[in-house]
Formats: sequence, structure tokens, C-alpha cells
Amino acid sequence: MLSRVTNILIKEFIQLWRDKWGRFLLVFPPVLQLLLFGYAATFEVHHVSTAVLDLDHTQESRELIARFTSSNRLNIVERAQSQDEINAAIDRSTAAVALVVHAGFANLLRKGQEAPLQVLVDGTNSNTALIALGYINTIAAQFSLNYATELAERTLGIVGMEQARIQVTVASRPWYNPDLNGRWFFVPGVIATVTLVMLVNLTAFAVVREREVGTLEQIMVSPIRPAEFILGKTVPFFVVGLGIVGLVTIVGIFWFRIPFVGNPLVFILGTTLYLLSLLALGLLISTVCSTQHQAFSTNFFVLNPLFILSGFSFPISSMPDVLQWFTCINPLRYYLIVIRGTFLKGIGVGVLWPDLLAMAAIAAVLLTASILRFRKSLE
Amino acid sequence: MRIRRLKAIAVKELLHIRRDPRSLIIGLLMPFTQMFMFGYGVTLDLRHIPVCTFDREASQHSQALLKNFAASAYFAITRNVRTYPALVAAIDRADCKVAVVIPPDFSLRLTDIGTSPVQVILDATDDNTANIALGYALAVVSGYSSGVVLDALNRQGRELQQIRPMKVQSRVWFNEDLDSRNFIIPGLVAVVMALVGAQLTSLTISREWERGTMELLISTPVKPSELMIGKLAPYLALSWVDAAFCLAIAALWFGVPFRGTIFTLFVTTTLFLIVVLGIGYLLSVLIRSQIGASQIALLLTLLPATLLSGYVFPIDQMPSVVQDITYLVYSRYYVTIIKAIFLKGSDIPALAVPILYLLVYAAAVVVLAARAFRKNLG
Repeated sequence: MLSRVTNILIKEFIQLWRDKWGRFLLVFPPVLQLLLFGYAATFEVHHVSTAVLDLDHTQESRELIARFTSSNRLNIVERAQSQDEINAAIDRSTAAVALVVHAGFANLLRKGQEAPLQVLVDGTNSNTALIALGYINTIAAQFSLNYATELAERTLGIVGMEQARIQVTVASRPWYNPDLNGRWFFVPGVIATVTLVMLVNLTAFAVVREREVGTLEQIMVSPIRPAEFILGKTVPFFVVGLGIVGLVTIVGIFWFRIPFVGNPLVFILGTTLYLLSLLALGLLISTVCSTQHQAFSTNFFVLNPLFILSGFSFPISSMPDVLQWFTCINPLRYYLIVIRGTFLKGIGVGVLWPDLLAMAAIAAVLLTASILRFRKSLE
Repeated sequence: MRIRRLKAIAVKELLHIRRDPRSLIIGLLMPFTQMFMFGYGVTLDLRHIPVCTFDREASQHSQALLKNFAASAYFAITRNVRTYPALVAAIDRADCKVAVVIPPDFSLRLTDIGTSPVQVILDATDDNTANIALGYALAVVSGYSSGVVLDALNRQGRELQQIRPMKVQSRVWFNEDLDSRNFIIPGLVAVVMALVGAQLTSLTISREWERGTMELLISTPVKPSELMIGKLAPYLALSWVDAAFCLAIAALWFGVPFRGTIFTLFVTTTLFLIVVLGIGYLLSVLIRSQIGASQIALLLTLLPATLLSGYVFPIDQMPSVVQDITYLVYSRYYVTIIKAIFLKGSDIPALAVPILYLLVYAAAVVVLAARAFRKNLG
């Protein structure tokens, strides 16, 4: 049995290596993708393009606008002269946010009445808009507070009024990622998804190609058993998968400087189970399809939901219940917990065992299904 | 170019499609399943963030503050712990994303010094969720804080001097409720169509090579341009149907406001489909093995269409090198176009720049495909 499996193994390795594209595809794209997507995927908002319009021209209005200008969160791209220019800037998307100080602003302020600061936000990207509004509200609240204290001291003679100073402050402690760096969250995720896309497709084509080219008949007449055949098909891709994960993890740690605080053995265990479940998925696709084109379509059909509904970027807890249940059969979901957990949190098997178990179960079920399917397709 | 030969190729391709009904069904099902799954699944709105509380004082004041958290729609208190290790475990297991710790001298410090800190611990592995959650937590705490001030002033019998010098009046354009669905779903149409298009055409020529039928085709008088148009026409028709499904689901089912014109939508969508199908065709001409073509097509479409197109991740926040690279991602232009058509109601002149880029792209793809094909023949 062992020699039969090794023969298949050698054949698969030769086949993988002989293909010029195949060789190129195994090394180059994972690294390139990680570099690209590692930089691209972030929800952080740093330089919100902002247009300002000051129709008041007073000391107060200038002071207020200076506060916004000096913030490194906002990037003043335009100093407009009229409301029309402001509207055009938002329309053309040259500015995502516009601040308008209307005439009479300082007058109202001095009287202690509510002076409006008009803020226009382009809501097409709701996430950016939400975060930008948060920045603006914080800056405006600081300005308000300062002005109110000054005004109270000047006009009401309240100096050092203890009761008015009572405040509960928030001391925030962002664990595992103290600078709230988006890259720390996404780079481990990209490692997982790049592996998903590459490996499932490679494996899915493995059996289908034999069938389409007609070499499957030859294998069928040989004394090899279905389980041996599947094993011989799986191991090379498993090795390839380990190589991909190893390569991109090194890039993640040394290039992106993502901290790895966990136990490498737990990471390797999780990766092994993840790769097995991906291989099993690819093999299953391989056994239910009769042409490469079908396998390809099926891949697109399956991979995109796995990628989107995994918690890679969109929180699972915000999804409707039905879709949350669906994520329970998604190996990427569990691997993301494992990879982020070992990279950033440094948690071990004690916490991660349900996720590891889930991946093992998915791999076992899919592998069994594909062996059964394969046996049936032989008959 | 002869219409007769064109038609023959198109009919041949139609036969291929008909003989492989499963691929066709998948092609037609894609818009439905993906639009529905992602339309519901893709959201960045945070509601009911699981919170763990650790009240070390357990006084009237501390409980009042925690009640404010419970009352907020953004938070759901799922756990009350009594020890620090229990809190660590809750965050480690990701049972809670936020933990609120109230110090044992909370009320004492409030009355004595006037200020008291409340610790908010965030699971920052997901920085975006953490950032937004922190914003909500700040709002809850400052709401409580000003309540305390008012109480104190009232108790002293002091006439309440309400000085509120400034008020931010924010108005959000184009997506008034800041509903992330309105921003995600139009872009989703672009992503789904990029995938469907690549899936339809990436293997058409490499299949002929692999099966050995390419030599037969070459020996016929059919010209490269005729072969290309004949092969792509049936798929263009098919992807029109797919695109119509996607757009109808976006506008009618998910109720994304549609403020543009059907004409603009039709013109730009057709242009995008030509680019997508053309790229697939180019790949299958260049790469003779189906596995190679499929792998490249997956690499070029699946992740770039999602990550580099501006679909959810804002391009202007990327490093400038990556921003330059996104100009190569054709989905980027259609994402811009379709969001503008849906939410802003833009017309063709307003969208001239992305349309121009798509036109250049289409021309380049067609020329490259024709040239690569000629080389391949030799």
C-alpha cells in the first residue's frame, strides 16, 4: 500500500513542478498578494479630506477652524469661498467632509447661545463617514468645553467651581493591539484567505483534470484503492499549503512586523487542521464535477461566501442568525480565530480547542464524503 | 469580418454552454446567492456589542453608570464578573469585546476630587470594532458625567446656567442614515459581476487547447477577431441577464436608493462587462492550461475585486504605491461608477473620468487579446 501511495505522490509532485505556470504560481502570488492586501485592507481613517468655509471671519471662527486644521486626522484640501463651492467639493468627492461656519457665529457664542457649526458629510462610505463624524464631534466638544469654561469665568465669576468640574473620564485599554493598528488585524486574515483561494482551487482541479484528460481510467484499472488515491492526491497539496502559509507568515512577521506572541506549536496544529479541511473541500468539489470548467465555476461559487462570511472583515455578530449558523461550517472562520489568537492574543489550546475541534470535524466529514463520492464515481 | 463566421462561432459556444448545464446554472445562480448572502451578511454596523462588567465598588453610582451602558442599543451586557481573571478569560475567549471596570473608590473620588476614571478594556484584535466601540463608550460615559453635574448643581440649589456655546449640526449626504448596506450593496454588484464574468470566459480558449480542438479551429478560415467576438457575444448576453438580476435585487429587494438613470447604468455596465469578459478571454489565450488560467483568474479577481476596488476599503487611505496599483484593478472604476449612479444619481458627464479609464482598458484588452492570439498561432 505504501509504495502505491508513494508512486502517486511522486507523480503528483512531478505534475505540479512540470507546469511552468504552476511553479510560478506557487511562490510568487502568495507573497505579492500579502504585500498588496496587507497594505490595502484597513478601515483606519487617517486623513479625512476636508473642505472649510468661514463666512464669519472672526477670531472665534478662526480659532475653531485652526483646531480642525491642526488635527492630524483631518486634511484640509479646500478653503472654499461660497456654499456652492462646498457643495461642489462634496459632489465631486474631492472632500469627504465639509465644515461651514455661518455669519453671526461669534455673536451667538458671546451671548452664550447655541452657535451652529454646520458639518456636511459624504455618506457614500458610511464607515469612513461615521469615523470622521466621531473625530469632528470630539474636536468640537473640546472647543465648546474650553469656551464655556472661559465664558463662565468671565461673565458669571464662577472660578474653580468644583461641582461643575465633576467628570467621569474613560481610561481606554485596547488589549492585544494598543495602537489600534488595522494591519495587525488584517495581515493574519490575509494569510488565511490567500491560502484558502490558492489551495482549494489547486486541489479541486486535481481529480477533475485526470477525469477530463482521460487518465483517470488508467488509474482506475491500476490496483490502487480510492482512499490511497485520495491520500496521494492530498499530501502534495498539503506540503504546498504548508509552504504557502510558512512563506507568507514569515513575510507577515518580518515585513509587516506583526507580533507573534503565541505558541508556534498551537499555530502549526491549527494550520494543519485548516489545510486538511481546505484540501478536503477541494477534493469534494473535484469529485462532484466532471469538467475543469465546472470545478472552476464551483470554486467561485463556494470561495467567495467562505471569504466574506468568515469574520475576515465583517463582524459575524452583526450578521442575521441564518448567516451566523452558516459560518459554523466555514473552516476559515475558525482558522481566523486561531491565527489571530496565536499572533496577537497568545492564547493556547485551552481557549482554542473548540475551534480546532470544529476544523478537525469539518475536515473529517468532507474527506469521508469525497472518498465515498469518488468510490461511487468509479462504479 | 464575416457575420456568417461570427454566427457559427457564437452558435458553437452556445452549444458548449448548453452541454454543460451545471456551469450555466451556477452562472445564473451566482447573482442570487451572492447578492442575498452578502446583502445580509456584509455589514459594518455595530449593534449589541457584548460587554463584560467588573464593578469593584457596587455602589448606587457605579450601578447607575452601568445602567447607562445597558440602556444603549450599541451595547449588550452579557457578563458580570467579580474577579479580574474572569474578565481576562471573557476577553480571551472573545465572549466579550468590551469590558468596563469601575474602580473600588469610584464614588469617593467623584465627591472628593471631582473626577474618577472608568476603565474600558477593548479586544482590539479587530481595531475597527474596537475604535467604534470606544466612541460609543465615551458617549455613554460623558452622558452619565453631565447627568452627575446637573444633579450636583440642582442639589446646591444653584440656578442652572446652561451654557452650550456650540452645537454640531451634521448633515449626511447621499446616504442619509449612514446605513452601511447602502454603501456596500452597489459595490457588491460590481464584485459579483467581476467574478461571474471571469468565471464565464477564463477557460474558453484554454479548453480548446487542452482538448486539441484549437488546431481544428485554426485550420478554418475564421479570423482571430471573429473568434473573439463570436466567443464573447453569448457570454455578454448571459452576463447582461446576471447584471440585471443583481441590480434588481439591489434596488428592489434591499431598497438601495436608485437616483440615476437606467440609460447611464446600462452603458456603464455593458462597458464593464466587456472589460471583464475580455480579460477572461485574454487570460485563456495566454495560458494554455485550464488549471493555470483558472488559478490566475481567481488571483486577479476574487481578492482584488474585494480588497483593492474601494468596495469597502477606502482607496484614499491606502499607501500611495498601493493606490497606484489600484488603477490596474478594473473593478475599481465600476465600483466608483455604480455607487455614484445609485446614491448620487450621477450622469455620464459626471462619470467621464472612470468611464474613460474603462474605455482605455477595454481597448487595451481587445488589442492585447488579438495580438497574443496571433503569436499563439505562430
